[in-house]
Amino acid sequence: MDRRIAVVICFAFGLVMFAQYFSAHPLAHSVNQTVADYWQIIFAFALIVGVVGFLNNNFQQVRKGQDRPFRLLSLAGFVIMPVLAMIWGIKAGTPFLWVFENIQVPLQSTVFALLAFFVASASFRGFRARSVPAAILLSAALIILISRSFATGPLSEWLPDVAEWIRNNPSMAARRAILIGIGLGSLTTSLRVILGIERTWLGGGK
Amino acid sequence: MNFCYIIATVTNDPGWFDIERLPTLIAAVVAIAIVLYTTYHRSSREKFKVREIPALKAVEEAIGRATEMARPLLYTPGWGGDIQRPTTIASLNMLAHVAEKTARYDCRLVFPTHDPVIMSVAQEVVKEAYVRAGYPDRFRQEDISYVSSSQFAYAAGVDGMISRLKPASIFLLGTFEAESLILAETGNSIGAIQIAGTDSTIQLSFFIVACDYTLIGEELFAASGYLSGDRSILASVRAQDILKVVIMLILMVATVWSTVTFISNGSTEGWWTF
Repeated sequence: MDRRIAVVICFAFGLVMFAQYFSAHPLAHSVNQTVADYWQIIFAFALIVGVVGFLNNNFQQVRKGQDRPFRLLSLAGFVIMPVLAMIWGIKAGTPFLWVFENIQVPLQSTVFALLAFFVASASFRGFRARSVPAAILLSAALIILISRSFATGPLSEWLPDVAEWIRNNPSMAARRAILIGIGLGSLTTSLRVILGIERTWLGGGK
Repeated sequence: MNFCYIIATVTNDPGWFDIERLPTLIAAVVAIAIVLYTTYHRSSREKFKVREIPALKAVEEAIGRATEMARPLLYTPGWGGDIQRPTTIASLNMLAHVAEKTARYDCRLVFPTHDPVIMSVAQEVVKEAYVRAGYPDRFRQEDISYVSSSQFAYAAGVDGMISRLKPASIFLLGTFEAESLILAETGNSIGAIQIAGTDSTIQLSFFIVACDYTLIGEELFAASGYLSGDRSILASVRAQDILKVVIMLILMVATVWSTVTFISNGSTEGWWTF
């Protein structure tokens, strides 16, 4: 019974949100805005659940002695940032902003910077001309790479045009084909959920 | 007559109907009609073959490997999406099937996420899957955890889990952004078998290079039907194929039409007008 109620609510909201998309009436905008506002409220409550789970997990692991340094660091970060913000505020020159600019931002940049090395290692594995399609892929990659970096002299005249043609024709055609598939997949998945055909998100069953 | 009058009134009133979205409405109605026909019409649901999808065939192998190696299985829906996104829903649908199998094999399932709403839904999905499998006692709520909403904090957190737990199998299914290759390469470095799928064409290329199996395009959305064998869900997958044929035909007609217009007028400008 409770699942049936959830499916009916899902169907009703799916229908309303579908209809409001095609209307320019203020009422439709109001419906959209109200749903968005309620979504924020749901998110805020879910965030409390998430944060409680985060704290609970970390405390349990610390007690068990598993990954203790990492867990303690996570908990320290969780406590220190709000405390600094509450005592000194978040304006320029405050300890909160100092920690944000000198610890958090560099840490995030460091993780992002790892991507450069991972791109290199993944490319090294991926671009091996073991078959004809792999050789074509490698050639296309080399043309794009050279055209964007050190193409000089006679190469600089035609290589950018070839690279542009590769990006706008074969590459774009393949990308659009995948995007059409994703669009159709999204459509059918949404319809399955709205119509109650797919109920896995409710834990499955009929 | 009355119906025509209502339509005319509604479409002439910019307040109730946005006339600029009429083509979208027509396309949506046609698509919905095809999906409904294939799903609910009896003859349409009978006898059709679903092509083999290697990444989905490998799901059993990935879970079996984790079980045999007595290592956990890590499943993450990526940082880019929230629960409203069809890709996330498709990922959670697949999670239910994976969780049912991990429950049967007594294999630990770890699910880190960046979104507390996804975490709550995933906890319910996994819990129900464990109950369905007949092993509710094997469900560990703490393994379905919220990591961080910040992109690189999430990436670092999941990377840390991969490095320390050394999962035998990793499922990267959902909406991914720059963290995709960071996670996939870390998984590759520990020798995990990796199954990935996303709706981002940019990240898809990274997954193809770094992962063992990749679900491309609509394959991620077909996963639930493929794994469950549910005829109603598979029927909607068939609708996708019919819609694809319709789009291909429209593209072919448009190509010929614009080419003919170019040959006769020397330009393709306004080729779609009669």
